[in-house]
Amino acid sequence: MTVDEHARRHPEVWRRFSPRQTLVRYAWYLGIVFVAVWSVSNLDIPWFYFLDAHTQAGDLITRMIPPDWAYFDEILDPLLETIHIATLGTAITFFLAFPVAILAARNISPNAMTWFVARFILVASRSVNTVVWALLFVAIFGPGPVAGIWAVAARSIGFVGKLTAEAIEEIDEGTVEAIEATGASRLQVLMIGVIPQVLPVIYGTMIYRWDINIRESTVLGFVGAGGIGIQLYASINQFAWREVAVILLAVFGVVIVSEFVSAIIRQRIN
Amino acid sequence: MLTINNLVKVYPTGKEALSGVDLTVSEPQVVAIIGSSGAGKSTLIRCINRLVEPTSGSIVLDDTDVTALSRRGLRRARRRMGMIFQEYNLVERLTVMENVLSGRLGYVGFWRAYLRNYPPEDIAAAFELLERVGIAGYEDTRADALSGGQRQRVGIARALMQRPDLLLVDEPTASLDPKTSRQIMRLLCELAHERGTPALVNIHDVALARTYADRIVGLHDGKVAFDGPADALNHEVLTDIYGEEDWSTTLADAEDGAGKPDRRLHDEVEHEAAAG
Repeated sequence: MTVDEHARRHPEVWRRFSPRQTLVRYAWYLGIVFVAVWSVSNLDIPWFYFLDAHTQAGDLITRMIPPDWAYFDEILDPLLETIHIATLGTAITFFLAFPVAILAARNISPNAMTWFVARFILVASRSVNTVVWALLFVAIFGPGPVAGIWAVAARSIGFVGKLTAEAIEEIDEGTVEAIEATGASRLQVLMIGVIPQVLPVIYGTMIYRWDINIRESTVLGFVGAGGIGIQLYASINQFAWREVAVILLAVFGVVIVSEFVSAIIRQRIN
Repeated sequence: MLTINNLVKVYPTGKEALSGVDLTVSEPQVVAIIGSSGAGKSTLIRCINRLVEPTSGSIVLDDTDVTALSRRGLRRARRRMGMIFQEYNLVERLTVMENVLSGRLGYVGFWRAYLRNYPPEDIAAAFELLERVGIAGYEDTRADALSGGQRQRVGIARALMQRPDLLLVDEPTASLDPKTSRQIMRLLCELAHERGTPALVNIHDVALARTYADRIVGLHDGKVAFDGPADALNHEVLTDIYGEEDWSTTLADAEDGAGKPDRRLHDEVEHEAAAG
């Protein structure tokens, strides 16, 4: 091999992307910037209010201090109601999301029709916000925590069901094969071969959703579906900012505790 | 016992995995199925209990044509065929006992299985098998806490819980180290002989096959290229099955242990019988 030939076969230059690929990449960046600029210019944002936003924010905070601690006695019951709404709503979710998830998993669903119906339920559940579900259930059950419970459940089915269905689609098929090979029935294969594999995901998702539901339940009162939102809404409307401060701090405390609890439980599951 | 006639399997991709396999097993013996990857070993075994749906041909177990069975009939036929897998395929999060008892699923109803309320004779049989396969005392250990060799022992116990008329064994040792491989192969062959259950064993390791099996079937390109006693394997036969290669070391490996394992096998069987 001559020196030239050696240099040709072992060049010193190597590039990960061809010039064409680089061009395409920069075109994408440009496109993203364009979309962002277009969105902002289309929104007709009143920039005028931005000028004193910081003083307004500071003002609001001073009006919240000191929090009206005496008010805490009045919100203790609604606070508990909020937690109950979240917990019962999540409990209902467990029983409803599970069958839907099984039908929505491509590898387990009996046929294309059941799969489609289950997927439709999951998408419908998730496409509507909890507050909107609450509006619907207030119309059905009347105002109160029952509407809140069902609103929480209706929204959570999509969340828990989707994640569970995805977990089912990723199970070890070999185990399922082995259980099928023993002559087990379809239900037995599901119970012994499939469910034990996804139980940690189901538990983890349920706990996580309970945590989210506690946060979401705090605003359900805005539309009359029970919980602490009723007090929060009233206090804001009366400009009782010191009461608002107490409610926000109380909610903050509950969320911290629920997050702590859910973190501990999820750590234990495996 | 088992008669396979002109079995053909064409996968939806168009690949013909089996192109007319004929195989008869008429006595309780360990039949090793060897052949290169893609020769159709796994497909053949899986067609027998229809985990893979055969394209054409017939599979007759005793008097039942497995290929003609309805869903319900197939479940009944599957109860009579125990299967053992390369990756053990245990339910990892369940205990050893739950895994072993799952071999009885074809015989118990949904609720009994759900409540883990198996008949006493099944539970006694499970404990007996745990002892026989060498994992006594592990009944409450979760499967994911076991070593590979222990898992395969659970897999063997699960298959034998079915009291099968036929064992289908798919690469039982391919995920195990050489020593454990030999132990598992020996255990499998002992149990098959003890119980008079014929076993079809897919195996990559020619030396292991030659040492432990009674009969060897070589598959090449979806067809039977060799069918004969284990000691009839030679350079020409291996070349027919796998293609040209220097087979002297492979043959020598098995030669080292040939003759002896069979004797040891009988000794151990007698020993077990005396002890039990």
